[in-house]
Amino acid sequence: MKSDVENKPGIREESGGMKRYLTGGARAIPPSGIRRFFDLVSASKDSSIISLGVGEPDFVTPWRYRDAAVYSLEKGKTQYTSNAGMPELREAIARYLEDRFRLSYDPGDEILVTVGGSEAIDLAIRALIEPGDEMLIPEPCYVSYNPITTLGGGVPVGIETFAKDQFKLTAESLQAAITPRSKLLILCYPSNPTGAIMTYEDLLPIAKVALENDLIVLSDEIYAELTYGPKHVSFASLPGMKDRTIVVSGFSKAFAMTGWRMGYACGHPDLIGAMLKIHQYTVMCAPVMGQVAAIEALTNGMEEMHKMIESYNQRRRLVVKGFREIGLACHEPQGAFYAFPSIESTGLSSEEFASRLLLEAKVAAVPGHVFGKGGEGFLRCSYATSVAQLTEALERIGDFLNKIR
Amino acid sequence: MNEFKSQILDLLKEDARLSPAKIATMLGAEEADVSAAIDEMEKEHVIVKYAAVVNWSKVDDEKVTALIEVECSPERGRGFESIAERIYLYPEVKSVYLMSGAYDLCVEIDGKNLKEVASFVSNKLSTIESVISTKTFFILKKYKQDGIIFEEFEDDHRLLISP
Repeated sequence: MKSDVENKPGIREESGGMKRYLTGGARAIPPSGIRRFFDLVSASKDSSIISLGVGEPDFVTPWRYRDAAVYSLEKGKTQYTSNAGMPELREAIARYLEDRFRLSYDPGDEILVTVGGSEAIDLAIRALIEPGDEMLIPEPCYVSYNPITTLGGGVPVGIETFAKDQFKLTAESLQAAITPRSKLLILCYPSNPTGAIMTYEDLLPIAKVALENDLIVLSDEIYAELTYGPKHVSFASLPGMKDRTIVVSGFSKAFAMTGWRMGYACGHPDLIGAMLKIHQYTVMCAPVMGQVAAIEALTNGMEEMHKMIESYNQRRRLVVKGFREIGLACHEPQGAFYAFPSIESTGLSSEEFASRLLLEAKVAAVPGHVFGKGGEGFLRCSYATSVAQLTEALERIGDFLNKIR
Repeated sequence: MNEFKSQILDLLKEDARLSPAKIATMLGAEEADVSAAIDEMEKEHVIVKYAAVVNWSKVDDEKVTALIEVECSPERGRGFESIAERIYLYPEVKSVYLMSGAYDLCVEIDGKNLKEVASFVSNKLSTIESVISTKTFFILKKYKQDGIIFEEFEDDHRLLISP
């Protein structure tokens, strides 16, 4: 005789299949638009494709930092570290932030080392957003703020920024988006994907709105070192903003350490303490060899970093001029390593333009609409690739434009 | 050497075929200024030559390279200058350096084969009066030269698209 369990119909056959077990949040977040485009590029398996779609440096981690990690492995440094990260690393981060951005954090309870800046963003949003809370997100922006907010039951509120304002957030548009449920404002400057930056003068009115409306600010400053005009100003360095700001940064971009997944968050001990609790129950601590490499990067790696920044700047000038010469309007990106030219003049949507560019001209770039409001009509082009490849890509895009115009 | 010129040299060292126009764009400068600076450096022999870096091991022609440590007695008043000159004028000599330490001149030479190098050392180099002794070392494999790694180990491992 069959048991009750065996007599039950297979779960797959019931309505909704396995998906009915998923939480509302997991169901609600859309698959990444970048991922869809990645699949398209990978599927073509064409080695002649030049990719301007890569969101990471084209430098390998400088040997000096790698060597420090290798040596620590040889010495058997393979254990957990303290939850918040190795004390030497937190001290090095504190010194670095003081030197570079006039930020002063206590390595004891105001700095948390995380698995990439991504984990820090996740922790901050988890610690601060509950169902119904509204998260203010200037767009176009990096793709993860929105879904993480949704996962926690929060409501992402996109604030469109425009090329005419050089994609800066204005106090007026921020004010217009505020409701009684507004809680957290994300700032990501220098910006992925637009390359926009915010100067001290640009940030002051934003700080005023944050204060008046009691907003907490999550400032994603992962590209802070990569600026090519005015030096980066940390939002936390504005008068009265330190306590209501969580600064997120890391080693991926400026130190060419993407694969190591090394990031950190700094802020008021109450906020960092809450994030630390989630962090210790979920990942325990950031990988120890990455922490060792990061200490080396901060202690002896600034020269290498400045060389890389100079090299991005050279390529930035080349690409922006190149786009303008082939007839695409391109605002002057002053940070990160992305140019964000407008393809509106072609009459194509960014998705259509990027797909055809890939298939017909063998150049991959990310269509702007995947970065949210205001991204339609633009193309994100990373210039973290060799001068020879950039030159060839610009030629191909130029030929493609001549064909479709 | 000013900052501007050394930036130009850094770029040309990586790619000698970059045009002045492109260098100007990359440095945010005027093309005329870049051209003028390059002309000046060529005249001053700061830029000596624009040559290709060749991985000869990929070329079929057999070729050997040797480093020779040369011990010699300096001449009154001219030091090592005239002996260095006598050596570097031979076309098979690729480079000559005055060294600190156990020997005096380091000579790099190219030859078709071992015999040719041996004959250079015994017939030409050792017969110079002020040369006291030589030690010859053959290069077996070149891994890196002038900052350029010959093995292509630094392929781009990045995903084609990432956020």
